[in-house]
Amino acid sequence: MPPTATPLSSHPASYRLEGQSVVLAGDWRASDPALPVLEEGAFHSLRPGTPLTFDSTGLGTWDSGLVAFLWDIKRAAEAADTALDTAGLPPSASRLLGLLPDRRADPPAGPKPQPNPLARLGAATIDSLTETGIVATLGAQTLRGGVLALTGRGRMRWADILANTTDAGPRALLIVGVVNFLLGGILAFVGAVQLEKFAAGIYVASLVGIAMVREMAAVMTAIIMAGRTGGAYAARIATMLGNEEIDALGVFGIPVSSYLVLPSVLALTVTMPFLYLYGCLIGMLGGFTVAIMMLDITARGYLHFTVSAFGIGQFIFGLTKSIVFGAFIGLTSCRIGLKAGRSAADVGVAATRAVVVGIVGVIAIDALFAVIADVIGI
Amino acid sequence: MTEETMLALDGVTLAFGPKLIQRDISLEVRRGSIFAIMGGSGCGKSTLLKSMIGLLRPTTGRFSVQGEDYWAATPARRDVINHRFGVLFQSGALWSSMTLGENVALPMQMLTQLAPDTIRRMVELKLGFVGLSEAIDLMPSEISGGMRKRAGLARALSLDPDILFFDEPSAGLDPITSARLDDLILNLRDGLGATIVIVSHELPSLFRIADAGIFLDARSKTPIAHGSPAQLRDHCTDPQVHAFMTREREQGDNNP
Repeated sequence: MPPTATPLSSHPASYRLEGQSVVLAGDWRASDPALPVLEEGAFHSLRPGTPLTFDSTGLGTWDSGLVAFLWDIKRAAEAADTALDTAGLPPSASRLLGLLPDRRADPPAGPKPQPNPLARLGAATIDSLTETGIVATLGAQTLRGGVLALTGRGRMRWADILANTTDAGPRALLIVGVVNFLLGGILAFVGAVQLEKFAAGIYVASLVGIAMVREMAAVMTAIIMAGRTGGAYAARIATMLGNEEIDALGVFGIPVSSYLVLPSVLALTVTMPFLYLYGCLIGMLGGFTVAIMMLDITARGYLHFTVSAFGIGQFIFGLTKSIVFGAFIGLTSCRIGLKAGRSAADVGVAATRAVVVGIVGVIAIDALFAVIADVIGI
Repeated sequence: MTEETMLALDGVTLAFGPKLIQRDISLEVRRGSIFAIMGGSGCGKSTLLKSMIGLLRPTTGRFSVQGEDYWAATPARRDVINHRFGVLFQSGALWSSMTLGENVALPMQMLTQLAPDTIRRMVELKLGFVGLSEAIDLMPSEISGGMRKRAGLARALSLDPDILFFDEPSAGLDPITSARLDDLILNLRDGLGATIVIVSHELPSLFRIADAGIFLDARSKTPIAHGSPAQLRDHCTDPQVHAFMTREREQGDNNP
């Protein structure tokens, strides 16, 4: 048995062909960069029918570097129709050689030809339509599950709802608070610099109030929830898929829509409006803090201008948006988790995709809401 | 030389925090031997293996590799010792974002100075040993459980280790595949001159390949027998070991 832990020695590996015999000499270590390689066509002079023998009397230490070389010989001999007589090799080397196949594996098929751009556009269109349909079906099934559960005819475990709601609601308060406070402060700062030039500093209150209630609180909270909760839902469901947990649910006939998707969507739809109201309040507080510090205005004046800046309609508009955002994030992240692959890398891909789709989707829906608001004149 | 001790445990106690797994384990693994860690489910076999590959530090006792105290060594020195270890994890533990070829190539790319075409040759060779030359460009998710085990074995061999650890190599394999894996393990042991530590409770496979072993008891949380599986079957008087080796239920155990 060759000792495997000795350092490289000074006997370089070499081989030569003597008639029908391969003579091996020196130390054959895979870590040696000067290891000989079998020359192309080295076996042209062999007589087919007479077996090729080995002489390893001059062989020093060796490892898989030698076996790789012997494998080359084995395949070249097979191609030249010559049998091998491995009796001259160290017994352990011939045992390893016996494990190896005679022929080189077929080269893998080359990359498939790319279809033409029109076909790709068509495929992408059909895919996105299918996906929209699947998300809509999942949404409808979830809604149906929710209605059945509320009327007492369906099954939904309240423990799941509670756990999901705790995670999406109270545990998100800190980050939602910090982001909205800073956002309110930044709005007030930018507004104050400009409005002060016209001696209209007090209108900072209206600016912060309207911006938070109409747009910022709902959108920022939704973006935070898409990153925090949407990514987590997608990763959790993708991991369950990899562990065959989703298959186990399916075998029992437990619908994925009411066991997994419904609690997630419901938790987000219930908590988002509250987080929105909380975000508005904290954002205005941030604006108030900055305005009081930078401008020469009173707290009473600021509060008065804030309250008179927006009506109840603006609030309802913001609330509606936050509910739609919550449902959208819940549904898309669950769907992305459910269609993920089954490996660890796929979990990462699913989480990333859920966050990206969540953020881009929320902003796109917000733009849609802006157009609708313009049409109906809110 | 053949009787040389490769791995030795002396009075080792394993615990997760306050939870004792096994105490007072002493064993010696000789060069070129196939050493079986046996015992019922939940007795700490895999934990012992984990400790021997450096993933769990024993609370007391000494673990030495060829006479060198493993846990007294510096982390850098432990890494060097670890390069002599090849580990086949229970479910293969292949890196799922890489093809089989890349899985086998990664340790060589990260830890050796080999040229890329040498690495490619070595990857083909290691996958050839386990009969997976054709599967070099497949992803782990595209192959069966038995193939994943063999690919895990090829990856364990990638750095030419001289000590191999197998965690339940034949669990979940059909008898024929399992017997082929046994042949492969014997061939690799003889061909590479490796020392092998194997955790298993597949009795036919143990009787065939293992020539030394230890039996861990889940109730007393300590080893209760030393010897090869065949010796334990034929000569051990402990009722629990005897029952395990002959697949009988112990007397007084009425659970179905």
